[in-house]
Amino acid sequence: MSSITDPYASSRETTEGTVFSVTGGDWDSLVTEIGATKEERVVVNMGPQHPSTHGVLRLVLELEGETVTEVRCGIGYLHTGIEKNTEYRSWTQGVTFVTRMDYLAPLFNEAAYCLGVEKLLGITNDVPERASAIRVMMMEFNRISSHMVALGTGALELGALSPMIFCFREREKVLDIFELVAGLRMNMAYFRPGGVAQDLPDGAIAKIRESVKELRRDFKDNVKLLVGNSIWMKRTEGIGYLDLAGCTTLGVTGPVLRSTGLPWDLRKTAPYCGYENYNFDVITADTCDVYGRFLIRMNELEQSLRIIEQCADVLEKLEGAPVMVADKKIAWPSQLALGGDGLGNSLDHIRQIMGTSMESLIHHFKLVTEGFHVPAGQVYSAVESPRGELGVHLVSDGGTKPYRVHFREPSFNNLQSTSAMCEGSLIADIIGAVASIDPVMGGVDR
Amino acid sequence: MTETGMFGAQGTGDTSGYGGLVRTAVSPGSSERPYGGYFDDIADDLERAYPDFSNAIEKVVVDRGELTLHIKREKLFEVAMILREKLLFEMCLGVSGVHYPTDLNRELHAVYPLLSITRNQRVRLEVSVSDSDPHIPSLVEVWAGNNWNERETFDMFGIIFDGHPGLTRILMPDDWRGHPQRKDYPLGGIPVEYKGATVPPPDERRSYK
Repeated sequence: MSSITDPYASSRETTEGTVFSVTGGDWDSLVTEIGATKEERVVVNMGPQHPSTHGVLRLVLELEGETVTEVRCGIGYLHTGIEKNTEYRSWTQGVTFVTRMDYLAPLFNEAAYCLGVEKLLGITNDVPERASAIRVMMMEFNRISSHMVALGTGALELGALSPMIFCFREREKVLDIFELVAGLRMNMAYFRPGGVAQDLPDGAIAKIRESVKELRRDFKDNVKLLVGNSIWMKRTEGIGYLDLAGCTTLGVTGPVLRSTGLPWDLRKTAPYCGYENYNFDVITADTCDVYGRFLIRMNELEQSLRIIEQCADVLEKLEGAPVMVADKKIAWPSQLALGGDGLGNSLDHIRQIMGTSMESLIHHFKLVTEGFHVPAGQVYSAVESPRGELGVHLVSDGGTKPYRVHFREPSFNNLQSTSAMCEGSLIADIIGAVASIDPVMGGVDR
Repeated sequence: MTETGMFGAQGTGDTSGYGGLVRTAVSPGSSERPYGGYFDDIADDLERAYPDFSNAIEKVVVDRGELTLHIKREKLFEVAMILREKLLFEMCLGVSGVHYPTDLNRELHAVYPLLSITRNQRVRLEVSVSDSDPHIPSLVEVWAGNNWNERETFDMFGIIFDGHPGLTRILMPDDWRGHPQRKDYPLGGIPVEYKGATVPPPDERRSYK
């Protein structure tokens, strides 16, 4: 047989019949060889390195012609053992780790983790109002930047290039705000148990208000490009169908759940960080498809801007109020300052502890090296991330380190629905369906 | 085990003066009624819907505003089914394993946070099994979404979910040995040189308990 000499298309006999393995680009020689066989079942490995699988996601597809009969996801390529690592660091250091899970929504990871630690400590109500308002504002900005990547790359994967340019332009503006406030553009470790790492810098509110105006103006470009666009709608309408029963049994939350018409949003149903004080609408669609999820993300941008504007009002009123719990045994001891290379120690604080006060130095040393003790017990705390319910299961043994940190990642749970959404559809529609789930592999694999 | 950590520290390297203390994870005791809030409703409804309630529940813990039902593993499947069908807990938000090596014959715990969208209520199920017999009935038939979550907990803790349609590793490679999230599994890592000094891997640095 010719296959023995062909390195790209070898064949072997199995109980299921002849199996041809193709690993290279010589498709023609394979077609000639299988021309005589009746079956046209092809198993294709899509990924883990593939431009349209949203990161290192591997999809094993069984095809009959262009129809997908079976989809299985292969995950774990980005597993970094973050949950295990946090068990060897103090509770505060945990923030730096968990922010790297879902790297497009780092502040939501931090928020869920910090809310959990605060619940374990029993200081949920002691977190200052200003800190909560900053958290809400930053999270809503993060929701915008995350949705921008979801929409931009989703469109790109379906062949629409221009929306991606606009989406990343808007995302840059949001990242500029992050840089201004937290010193870093991604993985900021800005939320800390008890509050936030530092207060807003001077002039931040004015800059934020200006950005909100610009964002609101520029979002229209994407609306014009995609909403109602007949090519876009043909690629997305009726694709990736998953109804409410499917969502609940598979544990799917977020925009995918809301695209079934159920207004389930933890910001409304189980408010945290004072979300009950802000006016906004929960966006839903009733089409259960990719287009509905796309519209939900589009319209959530405006709701996030509304919340940010209200936060700006609140923050102006609370100018100068504390942003960290008053308990000095928990609050991070040093007053951090923005330096040229990001957030760092404030020189004033170093001068004080090194030169003037032995007690301050001891306190600083103990809290930074050892950390604070957290009473034994377990909690589950959840926030509404751009992808759905992001939950954290924290267990403490009473020590200064977490005993167990488990993240209930919406990407992980939502990705499971790929099979239910795609089996029976065309191969080209898998791209749209996976993009509408918006899985971030850093969150899936942790 | 004596180990030499950073700066030549011996033992745990604990400089706080409490180096002799060994901390063991203690789970809180059983709570008494009234549990408060909607927790009593859940308990009442479950008792009504499930006659074998007292036999299946090991203890009920209310801690930090959360309700935990500790269930015997033989009854887990029945209780889960009743919770979904009769008490309308439509969603299971995953499975989290916890390893308590000092909790003899109950070393491995599986924790299931449940959510009822209809009632907007939450409850947590907890099942504990011994290291030598790490079997828990699978809940994939109750909530299909538990499929990957149980695979992850198997992967990380070695808990075997009986009746799972395909219990294989999910995050670690298929030929990996051991279950990384267990407490006796080392974190690993390599020493790192920094400005001429060598910083040991995280699990060999001196630590404060």
